[in-house]
Amino acid sequence: MDQIELNLEAEASNGEETQAKGKRVGLFVTCLVDLFRPSVGFAAVKLIEAAGFSLEVPRDQTCCGQPAYNSGDKQDAKKVAKQVIKAFEDYDYVVAPSGSCTAMIVKHYPGLFADEPNWAARAESLSGKTHELVSFLVDVAGLESVASQFEGTVTYHDSCSGLRELKIEKQPRKLLSSIDGVALKEMQDSDVCCGFGGTFCVKYPDVSDAIVTKKTGNAEKADVTTLLAGDLGCLMNMAGKLKRQGSAIEVRHVAEVLAGMTDQPAIGEKPGR
Amino acid sequence: MKITSPTFKENARDALANQTLQKALKNIETGFIGKRQMAVDALPEFEDLRDVGRDIKTHTLKHLDLYLEEYEEKVTASGGHVHWAETAEDACKIVKQICESVNAKTITKGKSMISEEMQLNAFLEKDGLNVVETDLGEYIIQLRGEHPSHIIAPAVHVTKDQVEEDFRRVHTHLAADRDLSEATSMLGEAREVLREQYFAADVGITGANFLIAETGSSVIVTNEGNGDLTQTLSRVHVVLASLEKIVPTMNDADQLLRLLARSATGQEQSVYTTFSTGPRREEDPDGPEQYHVILLDNGRSSMLGTEFEEMLRCIRCGACMNHCPVYHAVGGHAYGWVYPGPMGSVLTPSLIGVDKAGHLPNASTFCGRCESVCPMKIPLPKMMRHWREKEYERHLNPSTQRWGLKSWAFLATRPALYHALMGFGMGVMKHLAPMTGLMQKLPMTGAWTKHRELPAPEGSTFQQMWAAEQKKRKAS
Repeated sequence: MDQIELNLEAEASNGEETQAKGKRVGLFVTCLVDLFRPSVGFAAVKLIEAAGFSLEVPRDQTCCGQPAYNSGDKQDAKKVAKQVIKAFEDYDYVVAPSGSCTAMIVKHYPGLFADEPNWAARAESLSGKTHELVSFLVDVAGLESVASQFEGTVTYHDSCSGLRELKIEKQPRKLLSSIDGVALKEMQDSDVCCGFGGTFCVKYPDVSDAIVTKKTGNAEKADVTTLLAGDLGCLMNMAGKLKRQGSAIEVRHVAEVLAGMTDQPAIGEKPGR
Repeated sequence: MKITSPTFKENARDALANQTLQKALKNIETGFIGKRQMAVDALPEFEDLRDVGRDIKTHTLKHLDLYLEEYEEKVTASGGHVHWAETAEDACKIVKQICESVNAKTITKGKSMISEEMQLNAFLEKDGLNVVETDLGEYIIQLRGEHPSHIIAPAVHVTKDQVEEDFRRVHTHLAADRDLSEATSMLGEAREVLREQYFAADVGITGANFLIAETGSSVIVTNEGNGDLTQTLSRVHVVLASLEKIVPTMNDADQLLRLLARSATGQEQSVYTTFSTGPRREEDPDGPEQYHVILLDNGRSSMLGTEFEEMLRCIRCGACMNHCPVYHAVGGHAYGWVYPGPMGSVLTPSLIGVDKAGHLPNASTFCGRCESVCPMKIPLPKMMRHWREKEYERHLNPSTQRWGLKSWAFLATRPALYHALMGFGMGVMKHLAPMTGLMQKLPMTGAWTKHRELPAPEGSTFQQMWAAEQKKRKAS
């Protein structure tokens, strides 16, 4: 990851491109991407900048607060949310390479501050300009295609929050289909949970295993070379299972393929550097 | 019924290891989902209908007292009786009094989930009464001495082979070489045995899918017609219903019925939809001499006005469990009480206490598929989260979990410290992660590596690499 190529030829539809010029995007990296898979962050940078936006990565970001929120620890969730709001509220757009973290900000932040109207308004405002990466590229930046290359038969797993809370379904498929060399193949039950579920996978490991085993089985049956999704949690879960099963299927974040940044080993492969 | 929700983890492990159960659970995944989708696709206004259904129930719950009073008046006017029961035991006693008043020996029962909640069969059998389940699924599990594992398909956890075995074991008065290879032949067999019971029964008990305030009617839906025979052939018809089954008008019930069968089994309508209003009238050719309705509260009124009120919109279609990956994996019994799946994960702590059912709202991935198919648009994950909040407030969750969350929140709200620590930590972890054996000994990671590899981090964090990238960009 020494060099970042920023010459992606993104093809924006008419009008949208000029609208993007000068608009400032704050990249919400997400904790899993920051810690486990920085290359997804750099893929996001490349895609967003190539679409004509100026991008910054606020240093005062850590996590969206979902672990606390979904564990019933509302007070800590609010503390973390306030920090995210402060770090990002000055941007024109906030973009994250994760449906789950985006849904946390978009769908759940406003409700957290029912008893603090001032913060509720700020949360509402942030909610309105926050987008998941791929849906941002298609729905906001107006991208119809990406000019990158990837050789393989890929299948796309719909992560639950992205699909059901943010309605992300067509956008990644549309951009993937535009890539040279990619054959997009649907697996059975692509819209069914992979069993990750945040802390669920470590609280109920056996149930989680039963669910992910069905998922990896469906990917195997689809006979693909690569399994893609938009959330690192799901990806690490599926990759971890596929590796344990000795499968040859490669697992990657969809942004890596869209940005043409697939030099680094796939998720779960031994790090090469 | 013993509550086993606190041992959900162990129940789940047993369920996962039970090959027969796993085979039976496949039927849910393959059967119900596709049928529902076809029925929904065939009705363009289905989505709008969900809003209508939600609004009907929301309105009713806001004025529940008024509609219940109106309902009681109408039932009384049609010659029936309404009994109010605060607890399950109160309701059982009322049923028993009614049975005693007519000197009943045999009681037939249509399918009713609240009778499971009341543990009615055990209560009546204790006094020597003969209670016969007439719904095929309920009949099968009664023979097996089990409880339902699903709210509309009570015996969905049982395979065809097991049913055949049970019938041959119990129906010894029938020829030994009869054909029991198909669902239809089994249904025929059960029908033959049950027919005698319908005529022998003094009291017929049914549940109610809806109660209609406008007319004082109760509504049941079945696919086997057993509910009709249960209620019309006995001398006394007893309807068991919980308070929230009430809807204002016949038209409202009609709208909800359009949602119910489609969501449950993918049918446009169930094979039988039966409206009952009072006992038989003089001109009626058949019907019961007495008509009683027992309205059970059992904790439901205390859900009104709380963050759990919306749960009372539930019309018991089972779509949430049919679409739940956790239910698919472990089946209904693992949930440890009457109501399984996502609806049970919300309702069970409401009725028996979160201290006893705390696992259930946690045993969800929050995938949201339940809410997306719920005909009444009940925000099930949101309410499970509310239960997790209650649990957290009351310190009911394990201290290691609380400690972990607190530590994470402490770090997450101190970005400089967080980035410094994580930057160092990921460098170390890059080298540890591929060594699964070691990871299994570390806290938290053991649960992960039991079934999966832990993908190693790239080494540096994004923030570290981005800082370097920024320097480079400035330099050039």
